[in-house]
Amino acid sequence: MSTQAADIDHGDHDHGPAKGITRWLYSTNHKDIGTMYLIFSLVMLFIGGSMAFVIRAELFQPGLQLIEPEFFNQMITMHGLIMVFGAVMPAFVGLANWMIPMMIGAPDMALPRLNNLSFWILPFAFALMMSTLFMDGGGPNFGWTFYAPLSTTYAPPSVTFFIFAIHLLGASSIMGAINVIVTIMNMRAPGMTYFKMPMFCWTWLITAFLLIAVMPVLAGVVTMMLMDIHFATAFFDAGGGGDPVLFQHVFWFFGHPEVYIMILPSFGVVSQVIPTFSRKKLFGYHSMVYAIIAIAVLSFVVWAHHMFTVGMPFVGELFFMYTTMLIAIPTGVKIFNWISTMFRGSMTFETPMLYSIGFVVLFTIGGLSGIMLALAPVDMVYQDTYFVVAHFHYVLVPGAIFGIFAAVYYWLPKWTGKMYDEGLAKLHFWVSFIGLNLTFFPMHFVGLAGMPRRIPDYPLQFADFNMIVSIGAFMFGTSQLIFVYVLIKTLRKGEPAEQLPWEGAEGLEWTLPTPAPYHSFPTPPTVE
Amino acid sequence: MSTEQQYYIPEPSKWPLVAAASMFVTLTGLGLLLFNMTAGNDSMSGQLMFGLGLVGMAYMFFGWFGKVIEESMGGLYSNQLSVSFRKGMSWFIFSEVMFFAAFFGVLFYVRLFSVPWLSGEGAKGIAHMLWPDFSATWPLLTNPSPEQFGSPKAVIDPWHIPLINTFLLVTSSVTLTLAHHALKAGKRSLTKIYMAITMLLGFTFLALQIYEYIEAYQHLNLTLSTGIYGSTFFMLTGFHGAHVTIGCIMLTTVFIRILKGHFTADDHFAFEASAWYWHFVDVVWLMLFMLVYVF
Amino acid sequence: MFKKVAVFGLFLALVPTVAFSDWQLNLNRGVTDTSIAVYDLHMLVLYICVAISVVVFGVMFWSIYHHRKSKGFESHEFHDSTALEILWTIVPTIILIVILFPATKALINSYDTEESDIDIQITGYQWKWRYKYIGEDLDFFSVLTTPTDEIRNKSEKNENYLLEVDKPLVVPINKKIRFLLTSNDVIHAWWVPDLAVKKDAIPGFINEDWTRINEVGIYRGQCAELCGKDHGFMPIVVKAVTQEDYVIWLAEQKALKEIEAAASQADWSMEALLVKGEGVYIKNCAACHQPNGMGIPPVFPAIKGSPIALGPIGTHLATVFEGRPGTAMAGFGEQLSSVDIAAVITYQRNAWGNEVGDMLSPTDVDKLKGGE
Ligand code: HEA
Ligand code: HEA
Ligand code: HEC
Ligand code: CUA
Ligand SMILES: [Cu+2]
Repeated sequence: MSTQAADIDHGDHDHGPAKGITRWLYSTNHKDIGTMYLIFSLVMLFIGGSMAFVIRAELFQPGLQLIEPEFFNQMITMHGLIMVFGAVMPAFVGLANWMIPMMIGAPDMALPRLNNLSFWILPFAFALMMSTLFMDGGGPNFGWTFYAPLSTTYAPPSVTFFIFAIHLLGASSIMGAINVIVTIMNMRAPGMTYFKMPMFCWTWLITAFLLIAVMPVLAGVVTMMLMDIHFATAFFDAGGGGDPVLFQHVFWFFGHPEVYIMILPSFGVVSQVIPTFSRKKLFGYHSMVYAIIAIAVLSFVVWAHHMFTVGMPFVGELFFMYTTMLIAIPTGVKIFNWISTMFRGSMTFETPMLYSIGFVVLFTIGGLSGIMLALAPVDMVYQDTYFVVAHFHYVLVPGAIFGIFAAVYYWLPKWTGKMYDEGLAKLHFWVSFIGLNLTFFPMHFVGLAGMPRRIPDYPLQFADFNMIVSIGAFMFGTSQLIFVYVLIKTLRKGEPAEQLPWEGAEGLEWTLPTPAPYHSFPTPPTVE
Repeated sequence: MSTEQQYYIPEPSKWPLVAAASMFVTLTGLGLLLFNMTAGNDSMSGQLMFGLGLVGMAYMFFGWFGKVIEESMGGLYSNQLSVSFRKGMSWFIFSEVMFFAAFFGVLFYVRLFSVPWLSGEGAKGIAHMLWPDFSATWPLLTNPSPEQFGSPKAVIDPWHIPLINTFLLVTSSVTLTLAHHALKAGKRSLTKIYMAITMLLGFTFLALQIYEYIEAYQHLNLTLSTGIYGSTFFMLTGFHGAHVTIGCIMLTTVFIRILKGHFTADDHFAFEASAWYWHFVDVVWLMLFMLVYVF
Repeated sequence: MFKKVAVFGLFLALVPTVAFSDWQLNLNRGVTDTSIAVYDLHMLVLYICVAISVVVFGVMFWSIYHHRKSKGFESHEFHDSTALEILWTIVPTIILIVILFPATKALINSYDTEESDIDIQITGYQWKWRYKYIGEDLDFFSVLTTPTDEIRNKSEKNENYLLEVDKPLVVPINKKIRFLLTSNDVIHAWWVPDLAVKKDAIPGFINEDWTRINEVGIYRGQCAELCGKDHGFMPIVVKAVTQEDYVIWLAEQKALKEIEAAASQADWSMEALLVKGEGVYIKNCAACHQPNGMGIPPVFPAIKGSPIALGPIGTHLATVFEGRPGTAMAGFGEQLSSVDIAAVITYQRNAWGNEVGDMLSPTDVDKLKGGE
């Protein structure tokens, strides 16, 4: 995406990109590494999406038609893992790489070589993870939550490689997060105080903190699995005094903050985009910051809302129900602030704005179904049904993925120096929007009517809605080809973009020439 | 916050890629090794790949750190960069804290919840129906399913080797701090002496730990596979031991660099980073000593 | 646009091929006081959520419509208001508190497992359920009966496709029934929507739950926790009957047991065992070892050519009787009658080209059961 950046690189002290493949392999440049992250994530989105296609094709009609149940289980597991760790998280790190130095007035990330290392671990980790699909006995088939003992004693032999793939991913995420946090804390231009930082940097600061805090816990839990499998320890085996539920506690201690890791950067993007296209400052900047902090703090004490049916002691159940519901309050503050930013603004609706509005609406729907799930007695009915699947796709797809699309369209002109095709981009939005709702809204209905998740075949009363869901999924998935086409077209024959392509945009990144020079701010700008 | 000096953006470098590749080879090799071990294959492919990976890692560490040292000695690093290093190291240690926190959390859960429940106490004591002969003790010497998980004869007595080890590590933290003061005061030879003592204490700790493991395995039947006590015991002390090992390697490296005269009284980040790490490992040990051995 | 129309056309063309489906949008109210309470709570929150959406999206779309640049609207300085911030912190808090009261009440209720009339231990197995009536001498397995042909789309699917079992759990209405849930292998979850009961069955631990059914009827559910390859194929059927019918049913079950015991004393010929064995195999073993005996290596070994099935009959019996702890291979000694075990072993030794030629008689299995 940034190949053009080289052309106008006329700084005398800073060197332009190296020639050839080593530019990418050995890179220490935040833009190149960001680009690699973004491309990697797009590839993963397509692989994970193809797996969703397989799932939806099998579920198109009742009965087993295309694949065997074992393979189905491998598909849902890999779909979940690839989307979460391969598509969403790397995309956010890619955006962080590109934007944070530009937004805080830094020449690059604080630790450029570490940065390259955290990227290059990813392709290796996913190669290892996906290779398990071809091993004897198949790949991981225990869901992306890999509950013990299904993932230990009863797992296919390839689980060992799955565990090490998770270790690699975790190492990559931790290093990436350390880099972001250090960059934000140490590389801000003079005068750029914390409370002058753009919202995107704030959300990433908190996200990085969450990552550093919980990725080691994930590493810990997979390590215990490894020990149970190969060294006959008893962590998750009652026969030796352990407890399978212990696995879930440790996993979700990581898992719940993880879901906010997948949404906070999107919050940040939307907080950049909405003010721009409303031509108005972000409403309630300070309360937005406090809301993110509150969400992050709360996210550490709500984990067992994923475990309402494991039979926790009563007080535990109550505690986790109450704390979970509390999260609605800071999240509500954010939603209301975005709407107030639009209120009495002077709005236009370019693609990034469309995605942001789509985000606000659909994320709220997903958040509200989250509140329904948070009620322990009712969750006894929702748990592990498609209602949950509907909930999390509503927060993840229009949440995380729409946030990423908004960001890409918003900053693409700055990255490439070219303008994308607004008409096609709008088409991409609308087809995605309709396809997405067609896919995920009916899931609420089948879930309430009683369809469990993670099944390759279902009773007949769910047939009609499942067919709609599958059709929606094909529509949504195919519409992503438009996205790829828009990107290619922009790069190859996009109109040159102006330095400030968006009338209402503010922030240091827009003070740079277009396309952004290879090294962002060799001398730090001063922020008054 | 900013200095007049330019922030140093390192040259493109092959080391990150080498690092990623050797991490991959090492872990895949280890995976293969374990896989073969559990499946009962005699194939040495795992060992081979694992070894290859380790060689790669060693090559990478020498190369990468060598490069960094060279740059640092060449005066390329600004004040701001060294702040970045410091912050990076602190957050890395925080991530390690969370890693240990997960294992301590497990110990906590097992002792407060699962073991009592299995023996009929507490909110979910009804589980006792499935294990009618089980009664809870800590340390847990008889497991709910004695057929599946053997019974340790006894556990390690905290007041022998562990107490000595506590003494060793605490002392080593003190001597390391003394070395740091000496370094800051520019007293090179004193620094060397204190460093040597610190390392000696660290290596002795490791040796005693190994001795303790042998004792546990050979005489006490306290192993990884004798139930949750052994599982948590070896997991926590083992990971701690691994960290002490890394710490020792770091100290050794620093020691060699001191001998080579790399550090000045006010610029010795590598020393400080290793010292932080060592103190962290020490604090973890104190918690281990209390929670794993004594109580 | 064209694509959308085409897709919908395709969709309409396919709809008639699916029989029996309906367009149920919401939860069932169910047939227990708990399920009704849960339903009411669900509706309450749902309405609240809809109301919140209407207000929030209402304001948003109103301003999207009016405050647009194309209408010439100028942006205003309006980016901070402490009063508003406080307001939209407090209002959601109040809403949440309103919801919390009924939720807490419902939760307290669902934890009250005291004073039950009947206790039933439910154990999950890969992939079937076992019901043990505590205090009665009654203990049986409940397995999916949907024919493979229906699953493989070779014949018309019946109305209760995937929701039918050989032996349902039979319980009386208007009695407090306590469930003790556990598992033999991995985690399962026992779920019947109409009773609003869903609880995980966890190996080595016991979870409690309870129900009191108000109406006679058949209630169907499914396992709700991913438990391996046939997770989608381990349904639950609960038959709620009157107390009188329940007593009759209990007596019948006990009589059946005696008939079974007598059968093992009878003289079984090899042919008869082989015929019976095939049936037992298909029902109990084929899920893992496959109908053709090939298994799904490496996890599920083949029986065809297996050293166990071709080796000494005693080892073979022990494997089937006790299972292999820590693997999916459960012990069948408690699950199957002596005749069934004898039959299935005889069958495994002499099918698909296994030609050991010997047979196991039910009395030998009886001996093992007797504790030899
Ligand atoms: C980006 C990811 C993301 C996000 C942001 C969320 C946000 C929330 N989630 Fe979700 N969740 C997932 C991803 C996410 N979740 C995933 C992946 C799973 C399934 C994992 C698996 O099992 O595989 C899951 C599962 C899950 C469960 C477990 C369900 C089950 O398995 O039984 C629960 C239960 O409490 C829950 C609750 C919530 C809540 C309360 C929020 C809140 O943060 C939502 C807050 C937002 C709002 C409430 C809307 C805006 C607020 C207002 C407009 C103010 C006014 C509102 C009120 C007064 C109510 N989630
Ligand atoms: C960010 C995360 C994310 C994203 C973006 C998605 C995207 C999608 N998901 Fe995913 N999903 C999860 C995270 C995510 N999911 C998780 C965590 C689970 C739980 C897993 C578990 O249970 O363990 C899950 C589970 C899950 C299920 C439930 C499986 C089950 O329980 O049985 C289903 C079923 O419909 C589904 C469908 C989809 C669909 C249709 C999309 C669509 O949005 C995908 C759209 C497709 C694309 C964007 C790619 C387009 C590709 C092409 C156009 C190329 C096509 C080419 C060929 C096929 C040749 N998902
Ligand atoms: C839930 C899955 C499952 C079911 C159902 C099942 N088995 Fe097994 N079976 C296994 C597994 C897994 C193994 C391998 C155990 C091991 O690794 O030691 C096995 C092993 C065996 C073996 C030993 C084969 C060998 O070569 O080691 C025999 C014999 C056997 N099963 C018979 C049966 C019979 C008879 C039935 C039905 C009455 C049955 N199994 C039902 C999973 C199952
Ligand atoms: Cu049993 Cu799912
Ligand atoms: Cu959660």
